Amino acid sequence: MELYTRRRLLNRINLTASLLTTILALSFLVWIIAVLFIKGFSAIHWGLFTEMTPPPGAQGGGLANALVGSLMLTIAAILIGTPIGILAGTYLAEYGKYGLFSEIVRTINDVLLSAPSIIIGVFVYELIVIRQGHYSGWAGAVALAIIVIPVVLRTTENMLKLVPIHMREAAAALGAPRWKVIVQVVYKAAVAGIVTGVLLATARITGETAPLLFTALNNQFWSTDMNGPLANLPVVIFQFAMSPYDDWRELAWAAALLITVLVLGMNILTRTLLRDRK
Amino acid sequence: MSTATLQGSVNFDVSAAVGASMTAGHALTEKVDGIRHVENPKLSLRKLNFFYGKFQGLYDINMNIPACQVTALIGPSGCGKSTLLRTLNRIYDLYPGQRAEGEIIMDGCNLLEKGRDVNLLRAKIGMVFQKPTPFPMSIYDNIAFGVKLYEKLSKAQMDERVEWALRKAALWDEVKDKLKQSGTALSGGQQQRLCIARSIAVKPEVILFDEPTSALDPISTLKIEELINELKTEFTVVIVTHNMQQAARVSDYTAFMYLGRLVEYDHTSIIFTKPGKKETEDYITGRFG
Repeated sequence: MELYTRRRLLNRINLTASLLTTILALSFLVWIIAVLFIKGFSAIHWGLFTEMTPPPGAQGGGLANALVGSLMLTIAAILIGTPIGILAGTYLAEYGKYGLFSEIVRTINDVLLSAPSIIIGVFVYELIVIRQGHYSGWAGAVALAIIVIPVVLRTTENMLKLVPIHMREAAAALGAPRWKVIVQVVYKAAVAGIVTGVLLATARITGETAPLLFTALNNQFWSTDMNGPLANLPVVIFQFAMSPYDDWRELAWAAALLITVLVLGMNILTRTLLRDRK
Repeated sequence: MSTATLQGSVNFDVSAAVGASMTAGHALTEKVDGIRHVENPKLSLRKLNFFYGKFQGLYDINMNIPACQVTALIGPSGCGKSTLLRTLNRIYDLYPGQRAEGEIIMDGCNLLEKGRDVNLLRAKIGMVFQKPTPFPMSIYDNIAFGVKLYEKLSKAQMDERVEWALRKAALWDEVKDKLKQSGTALSGGQQQRLCIARSIAVKPEVILFDEPTSALDPISTLKIEELINELKTEFTVVIVTHNMQQAARVSDYTAFMYLGRLVEYDHTSIIFTKPGKKETEDYITGRFG
């Protein structure tokens, strides 16, 4: 009986401890989001979407060029990174399941998955920016694509592995060649998971700053030229948040709020997709 | 011995099967080259050996599988009956390390020959698996998928083919109003009949069933057994089952396998009433397995 009382006590202590730590961890998140909403919300106005980022000392201004730039960079990065990620993931899950080569690819992919993004930025700076002689949107897109690839590759491989082997056998038993089995049956069974991976990768690169500092840099003016420097939200936040001008800091808050809401929205979408799959 | 067998098999209600096969009337006692003589064989297995890497799964199987009849493969777990079935459409080819030696002859050609187009072969020899495996697409597309692989049909012809296959699989009445719905939303028994319809739709010559009812309830099982009985008018059927009553109910010929070897192969009526081998008798009377 004494033993039982002790166990109950221990149970209660552990429960309380884990509850408190959970609250502690979550409170920081709530704090960040609360401050963002309070400071950011007041900075949000229609001009954000129509006006350019302002030069020093000027009044007002918006984020239109940075929003469009970020959108272009993200789309380009996803368009470059997704096919590579999906095809490589397909190779690992369907063709080279057990080979030494696949093991090597898997390991390198894991390293890439956790590589500091600033290193990827410097790498692309060396590879493209120096050779071209100037910063460019394309360099930014390539840097972001390098972040996209390992995320998409990993989710694609995992999702394809979840498709039951019976499904492949059943399709093959009808006389379907391997590529048709994969493209028409296995992909269909895994599509929600693969889209999830792409969305996760999109969310990840939406807020990446370091790789863009070395590649797309920033542009104060309206530009949709991927061959030149391109404005984008993360770098605008980086530069404006540390500036001495109140207007700029206000814009940085607004930009931070926009990015957070975007990423949050994408995460929620991802979760919904995954839940529907079950 | 025969009385013991009879007593044993009374439990299995083989009377229907016995009656049907007895009227066929061929005494299948003679052997040619050690292979049970079968009129009009669709598939002839000669010295078939099978390997999972270093492990040998089948030993020197010689067997003639009759056309337009139902042949059942029975035996305890791990005896090689599923392995044997999986060699017939070379589905094992999907896995590196698995290989078959010997000959499987269909229409004068050896299926195991190197360089044979296995996809074309599988279009001729369909397979239905233990677990229903509808593809994640509509009922219609589930059936059209296989047909589209080798035939170019107009929309009207395809509609006709889908209906034909679903009717053959006794599923048409249940799904005719929801062909666009997902195949995965059907019940287990319906899913399995959808898989059968999918196999029939490509118009194969042989259909292989790998324990098709082991995941189904008794009523669905009954429907599928009736279906198998009707299919043999057009197709050669080979069925693996661990359910001896089922073998007795649906098959014309039964092969008993044990430890990778074909122990005995004969008319179902003979296997279940007066088997020639002690192991067969022990198995069907429930003394082991």
